[in-house]
Amino acid sequence: MREARILRVSGRAVVLPGPDIDTDRIIPARFLKTVTFEGLEQHVFADDRRALGEAGQRHPFDRPESAGASILIVNQNFGCGSSREHAPQALYRWGIRAVVGESFADIFFSNALMLGLPCVSLSAPHIEALMTAVTQSPSSSVLVDVEQSRVAAATGVWPAVIPAHAKDALTSGHWDGAGLLLARYEEVDDVASRLPY
Amino acid sequence: MPLTLFEKVWNQHAVRRLPTGQTQLYIGLHLIHEVTSPQAFDMLRARGWTVRAPHRTFATVDHIVPTSSFIRPFADNLAEQMTSALERNCREFKIPLFDVESGRQGIVHVIGPELGLTRPGMTIACGDSHTSTHGAFGALAFGIGTSQVRDVLASQCLAMTPLKVRRIEVSGNLAPGVYAKDVILTIVRRLGIEGGVGYAYEYAGDTIGRMSMDERMTICNMSVEGGARVGYVNPDDTTVAYLQGRPFAPAGPAFETAAAHWRALASDQNARYDDVVRLSAAEVPPTVTWGTNPGQSVGVHERLPESADGDSLAFMGLQSNQPIAGTKIDVAFIGSCTNGRLSDLREAARVLKGRRVATGVRALVVPGSQAVRAAAESEGLDDVFRSAGFDWRGAGCSMCLAMNPDKLSGREVCASSSNRNFKGRQGSPTGRTLLMSPAMVAAAAVEGAVVDVRELLGAHQ
Repeated sequence: MREARILRVSGRAVVLPGPDIDTDRIIPARFLKTVTFEGLEQHVFADDRRALGEAGQRHPFDRPESAGASILIVNQNFGCGSSREHAPQALYRWGIRAVVGESFADIFFSNALMLGLPCVSLSAPHIEALMTAVTQSPSSSVLVDVEQSRVAAATGVWPAVIPAHAKDALTSGHWDGAGLLLARYEEVDDVASRLPY
Repeated sequence: MPLTLFEKVWNQHAVRRLPTGQTQLYIGLHLIHEVTSPQAFDMLRARGWTVRAPHRTFATVDHIVPTSSFIRPFADNLAEQMTSALERNCREFKIPLFDVESGRQGIVHVIGPELGLTRPGMTIACGDSHTSTHGAFGALAFGIGTSQVRDVLASQCLAMTPLKVRRIEVSGNLAPGVYAKDVILTIVRRLGIEGGVGYAYEYAGDTIGRMSMDERMTICNMSVEGGARVGYVNPDDTTVAYLQGRPFAPAGPAFETAAAHWRALASDQNARYDDVVRLSAAEVPPTVTWGTNPGQSVGVHERLPESADGDSLAFMGLQSNQPIAGTKIDVAFIGSCTNGRLSDLREAARVLKGRRVATGVRALVVPGSQAVRAAAESEGLDDVFRSAGFDWRGAGCSMCLAMNPDKLSGREVCASSSNRNFKGRQGSPTGRTLLMSPAMVAAAAVEGAVVDVRELLGAHQ
């Protein structure tokens, strides 16, 4: 079973600066009290957005120019903490189709990949340049080229790092890996039968 | 060729190389709970798949269970709905469920080990980041998301990339009043909350070797707070002794055979590591977090760093260069998969015996499992907690992530034995968390403020 091939994502971008944005902030635990993922987009960054609103400021997700954006730009260790898939689900359902950052937490990265949501890394100076480009020209488009491992905006093109397996999974349409795991199942039974437990 | 435990266990469970370059890894034990599994079962049904290995799958309810009344239906309609969904799914797919009536219910990372489900050499998966806890037994235990829970249900496998291995050697004696919690907080502080990304942490050295299984679980539990998805300790006599007689552990001659296999899994003498880090136990102080991630901590006698992050300070209402000791608290929480085991409750009770919680402090203790609760009661620990003014509750995750009615309100400050001090983690968007050992939480509860537990323990000697 194969999903759509994801070679390139382009669209307007949201800049969300700051290191170590954990999945509790992306989607606070009280919104995990549900048996579906439906409607999670309404609660993405709920507490951060409310706190900034109360301080008379606007969270990047609440700015008018962010409406309809499909690319999220972040700094380092994005998605650390809880393994809740609700975090990438909430971002995806809000409209995010690719995340560009300095670095990502392991579990967040693999959860996002399973949804066909590429997380690609740029060096710190390049992220800064990209953030500046988007801030100065929020209406122009950003291109995340998974196939060519690069990110392009109005003011530049930067090399991106995408782990080989993720790049292969996205560009071949194997990012939802369940089909691969169920193929050739006799080999699985063989391994299971040799386990000492 | 000498190998690490990681390599031995990985090789034994590797099925094949997938076209993406990842490894298809067989999962020997799958633990599920009510929060991250309902969508996975729905995906399974939508594709017409079934559960491949129900005999390797076990369920419990922990995240959303109330801790003061277990009467069904739960007062919280959403909690009731999630519990019913888990019950329905377990019935349909013939998965054993340890529910609140079973006497075996509890936090998934507490009951797996205490039932003997968790054993050396296993690959373990659970839809929860603190699955790293099970590595204390020399298992490779992975926290996963819901789509991966679906994969394990359907195929009993995960698509994984091998991790690098960093050996963390801790040597020497911990000072009295210093605990495993302080060791792991110090490791996370030193190596950073992102330092472990891409790594499994192998905890070794004579300090770890002398630790009980409870203590090793505390250490492995918080590997993920350092960015490492997996943490483990090589199996030894302590591991084997812990497992003997556990309900799901092998019995009779089969136990001896298994034990010999377990011991042989330990990393070989000359195994190669991607990195080695050393820590002297004598340098580890009772440690307290001051910020909004678990790497932002100081020794109880230290001041906050000069260069402390401004955003974290503003949220916490603290200032750089101020002492952490003396920080007033409103709530004391003892529990969680990090520190909700019997030995944790004993240490906290030792501090509380003959003392009272400070006026104005709300204090609760939530045992990690029904078995922990029963064992504590048989030792009279519940009386110690109650006499001190603590609420003695039923088992669950409770105020670690506040998906049940146990929450902070407003900007309350909580001294907590849990694992995360993220903004809003304990149920109030503006609530504040100070992570520390259970004994330190008990001391803070008595004092109404952060205090070195050794000052209270010393008074007893």
